[in-house]
Amino acid sequence: MNAKLRRSNDLMVLNKEEMKAYNQEPDACWECYSCVKICPQGAIAVRGYNDFVPMGGQVHPMRSSDSIMWTVKFRNGNMKRFKFPVRTTAEGAANAYPALKCTNLDDELLSTEKQLPVPTMVAK
Amino acid sequence: MALPNKPLGELAAVANPEVVEHDVDVLIIGGGMAACGTAFEIKKWAPADMKIKLVDKASMERSGAVAQGLSAINTYIGDNKIENYVKMVRNDLMGVVREDLIYDLGRHVDDSVHLFEEWGLPVWKLDADGNNLDGAQPAPKLTEGGKPVRTGKWQIMINGESYKCIVAEPAKTALGDENIMERVFIVKLILDKNKANQIAGAVGFSTRENKVHVFRCKTALCACGGAVNIFRPRSTGEGKGRAWYPVWNAGSTYTMCAQVGATLTMMENRFTPARFKDGYGPVGAWFLLFKAKVQNGLGEFYANSDAVKGELEKFMPYGASAVTPTCLRNHLMLNELKAGRGPIYMATDVALNAFIDARKATGMDEKEVKKFWKHLESEAWEDFLDMSVGQAGLWAGANIEPEKVGSEIMPTEPYMLGSLRSG
Repeated sequence: MNAKLRRSNDLMVLNKEEMKAYNQEPDACWECYSCVKICPQGAIAVRGYNDFVPMGGQVHPMRSSDSIMWTVKFRNGNMKRFKFPVRTTAEGAANAYPALKCTNLDDELLSTEKQLPVPTMVAK
Repeated sequence: MALPNKPLGELAAVANPEVVEHDVDVLIIGGGMAACGTAFEIKKWAPADMKIKLVDKASMERSGAVAQGLSAINTYIGDNKIENYVKMVRNDLMGVVREDLIYDLGRHVDDSVHLFEEWGLPVWKLDADGNNLDGAQPAPKLTEGGKPVRTGKWQIMINGESYKCIVAEPAKTALGDENIMERVFIVKLILDKNKANQIAGAVGFSTRENKVHVFRCKTALCACGGAVNIFRPRSTGEGKGRAWYPVWNAGSTYTMCAQVGATLTMMENRFTPARFKDGYGPVGAWFLLFKAKVQNGLGEFYANSDAVKGELEKFMPYGASAVTPTCLRNHLMLNELKAGRGPIYMATDVALNAFIDARKATGMDEKEVKKFWKHLESEAWEDFLDMSVGQAGLWAGANIEPEKVGSEIMPTEPYMLGSLRSG
């Protein structure tokens, strides 16, 4: 790898000659697809590692605020599509309970807990 | 869905970066599930004027081992007895456990799961006929008596692609954006010069700018995940990233805390999960939800053989437990490999076809069977797509359809865990 191209701290780096970005250290990528899912242009695609997916095939997501659609392209050209829910509430709607204040440090309850189970038997 | 903290473009490194100092009361290092839980909880207890800061080397929305998502929650107590949970974990880890910690996890976990569901995490439910409903279909919540889809006694199934985004959101709201610094990588903890064994701060650097950040604090939480790549991964070349554990879990929790003399409890546990070979796809749903069995290279379902029973008797009482401990299942698998009876296959084809045959046997018509299969196939693929996309890519690249052919599994290399799954 060209040392000059490697100075960025990000895995994704722009090759200015081609004006295309690429992953400069694929062995430091977990294939978690977080970048693919968040890219507003849908511009990032992932291929499997050459070491064990050398002959093609691809998995690609399209994520919205409530669901994700996956397209699975087999090496032989077959295609499967799956759609799954990702969230049942609107983005930004999760209650952080800002008004909840606790004072009793001795009862072992977390802030949203009402009561805790106590042991009823020996776990033999 | 906002694009979090865009890169500022490439910067050349400088010899004397700017040093920025910060004074806080509490420093939370890390942005994964543990740090998010802390951020949510601490604001309920801390005095209003207490200065709390969270520093994350990445972006909280997808930081940590849950970045990719999860297809199940491994522990939801529900109607079970926590004592039986303690017993299960003790058996699974062959006695090398802290039972007090397991009980404590057991008595707090359900409240967190209820919060996750309230915040928007889709939890699968059983309908009145015992069929699986995905988490977006109308059903009572767990707190309203909704019945989760259990796989085994302790796991529940979720549509967990956005698990981390959902948990990070209220954590960020609770703490406030002004108290969160992302893209700052803490690399060193600092002790108080005058007071023995007292944490005084931490030092890190920005991954976006030429800046070094020094934090002074009165107390700190260090939750930066476990350690990957301590043991050489089976994968090679560029494929090394396809480890089971996230490649960014550099072991800094372990290192930084050890350097300042912290006592390490439990983190030395070396965890070796069995996973689908190369893709590291999870096996839990295949064993527990789809009831799949493992076959050796001769096509034998070896788990119930006399030889295996004899081997398990060497490890009593754990060898006799209803569910064979994970490490003993690995041991039996390695024995098969050593005896030349490898490779080991998860018989996905046998398992899925058994479901179809059972439906046909009840007199279900062709159209309904087809519909049932579509749902089952979708569940099988979702298990990978929610938490191990690379495995789905491996199936696509090898033209593997799980209903037609089994897939190879093997024990991975060992990992040292942070919080993920260590419960």
